[in-house]
Amino acid sequence: MAPKRNFLSIVLAETGGRVLLGLLLAAAILVPASNLLLPEGSFLHVPTYIVTLMGKYLAFALLALSVDLIWGYAGILSLGHGAFFALGGYAMGMYLMRQIGDRGVYGNAELPDFMVFLNWTELPWYWHGFDAFPFALVMVVAVPGALALVFGWFAFRSRVTGVYLSIITQAMTYALLLAFFRNDMGFGGNNGLTDFKEILGFNIQAQNTRAVLFSLSALAVAGGYIMCKLIVSSRLGRVLIAIRDAESRTRFLGYRAEYYKLFVFVVSAMLAGIAGALYVPQVGIINPSEFAPAVSIEIVIWVAIGGRGSLYGAVLGAILVNYAKTYLTGAMPDAWLFALGALFIASTIFLPKGIVGTLPAFGTGKRRGQKS
Amino acid sequence: MNLHASPSRRDTILYLDGVSVSFDGFKALNNLSFYVEVGELRAIIGPNGAGKTTMMDVVTGKTRPDSGDVIFNGGTDLTKLDEAHIANLGIGRKFQKPTVFESQSVFENLELALAGNRRVFQSLFFTLTSVQAQRIDEVLETIRLTGDRAKQAGDLSHGQKQWLEIGMLLMQEPDLLLVDEPAAGMTDAETMQTAEMLKRIAGDHSVIVVEHDMSFIRALGCRVTVLNEGSVLAEGSLDAMQADERVIESYLGR
Ligand SMILES: Nc1ncnc2c1ncn2[C@@H]1O[C@H](COP(=O)(O)OP(=O)(O)OP(=O)(O)O)[C@@H](O)[C@H]1O
Ligand SMILES: [Mg+2]
Repeated sequence: MAPKRNFLSIVLAETGGRVLLGLLLAAAILVPASNLLLPEGSFLHVPTYIVTLMGKYLAFALLALSVDLIWGYAGILSLGHGAFFALGGYAMGMYLMRQIGDRGVYGNAELPDFMVFLNWTELPWYWHGFDAFPFALVMVVAVPGALALVFGWFAFRSRVTGVYLSIITQAMTYALLLAFFRNDMGFGGNNGLTDFKEILGFNIQAQNTRAVLFSLSALAVAGGYIMCKLIVSSRLGRVLIAIRDAESRTRFLGYRAEYYKLFVFVVSAMLAGIAGALYVPQVGIINPSEFAPAVSIEIVIWVAIGGRGSLYGAVLGAILVNYAKTYLTGAMPDAWLFALGALFIASTIFLPKGIVGTLPAFGTGKRRGQKS
Repeated sequence: MNLHASPSRRDTILYLDGVSVSFDGFKALNNLSFYVEVGELRAIIGPNGAGKTTMMDVVTGKTRPDSGDVIFNGGTDLTKLDEAHIANLGIGRKFQKPTVFESQSVFENLELALAGNRRVFQSLFFTLTSVQAQRIDEVLETIRLTGDRAKQAGDLSHGQKQWLEIGMLLMQEPDLLLVDEPAAGMTDAETMQTAEMLKRIAGDHSVIVVEHDMSFIRALGCRVTVLNEGSVLAEGSLDAMQADERVIESYLGR
């Protein structure tokens, strides 16, 4: 019989996962410590802007995890995950807008600036409750989760799979892009939500706040990894892999593939929403551009480059590609899209299993990736 | 239309009555009627394109018939149900092209097929009991894959994949097994072992086997139904079938 598997033995089963969790924990402690405690001139001092930049990468890493969970394990290639990320971000942004109070340009304590500008006199009903942080936190997962539930219910029940599913996820995020661009939707139109002042009473620009947001992002990625790992290591995870590899065979074994997909799709959307909520206070803005189809495609490229179907590969891919993006957009602003395209093509040709599927250092003895 | 007197539906594990399926006007099944008794082992033969696989598609919910009834276990009409529902009623199927979960181990393939609750949340918190693990060991023994339990299913030989798929069928503990061309791509020795395996299985289950290999059918030693152009051409012992004029013609006429 197989050895008894407990929580730790599952979570720490792979070298890549152990390294990832170790690095995340170390970063969550050491980066803020260095930023806050070491003098600015010190060689080991991490400047605040770097802390925030890395915090943003970690939010992307969590987003990449959410995509790998469905694409790597259930074969659901979502090209619309940016939508769930953005919805989580908007939920957090709405809370942050409410915290501005009367400190906006118009000094209106009841309404955000953009509503005053539109001559609105009353807060729309769907903005109610966002003054309260716990309510906003619930919405961060509930809104993306609900959209995923409704969308997935129709898509999976009608057995929309493969490239057709990818196309309708693109359509979904594009429709939301158009909707959020409209001023009368009440989400700030193309400017989105910005000019945040405080989070839970702390100045959002302050060094301490930034450090804490970074740590929380690192812990969220660690938590997300652990949760995904537990899911994919369970029998449910093996059913997902079975669905990925031979969906109809799974049905003939008596599994309702649509419910399994729906479950994991909703979990993934919620994770993406949390990623968005971590992203927004760190970058200080959320606007409809996050719904752009190209943004969602980029997420998939991170996962492909890092290595689909290993979870830690997605984290690695997100961080590496975004580091390259920061560097390249600084050095050659126009070159980024071409570089991304080239990177994607190169990785599919030379690293079809991504970085972690190719480097022997990440060998796990037992790869669950697809055979070619 | 029936070639012999109808039994009472009660004693049949599977009862097809006037089933027709057409693809773009072509009748793959043409008013097909036959029945299989509880606990019976039945072989189905017929030339390529006779409709054997299509018949299994209809029974397992993959294809909806244009007309006709498919009654399981003396009472349940299968024509309105989907694949997962039919599987959970107790019908297992081995496909003509062996289909196992290639990126998972032999053991995991069997574990996936293990009879039991298939709900999402039960799967999330599932742990294998020692009784279930023992059951997997037994099936590994039956399908001669004990030594390969940790191997990735994709790395098995063609014949071993066929056995693994039969093993998965057994794990499901179905009442009725539909086995489509289990001996395809097997050596003679493997073919005979497979026939033995199916005969043993037939003791506790009803089994319908489709095969082209006549030595295999002979080894099964069971009643044979001959399909041709979507309906039953003849039914009886293998010797009787091989002597039957119409059967000979249907094979040679092609
Ligand atoms: N999905 C489909 N669409 C169109 N035609 C089909 C479809 N499935 C089966 N057919 C046709 O129906 C006929 C019966 O096919 P079926 O696969 O049932 O034959 P078979 O008896 O299993 O043959 P074989 O011994 O070659 O496996 C064939 O002519 C086949 O081409
Ligand atoms: Mg066939």
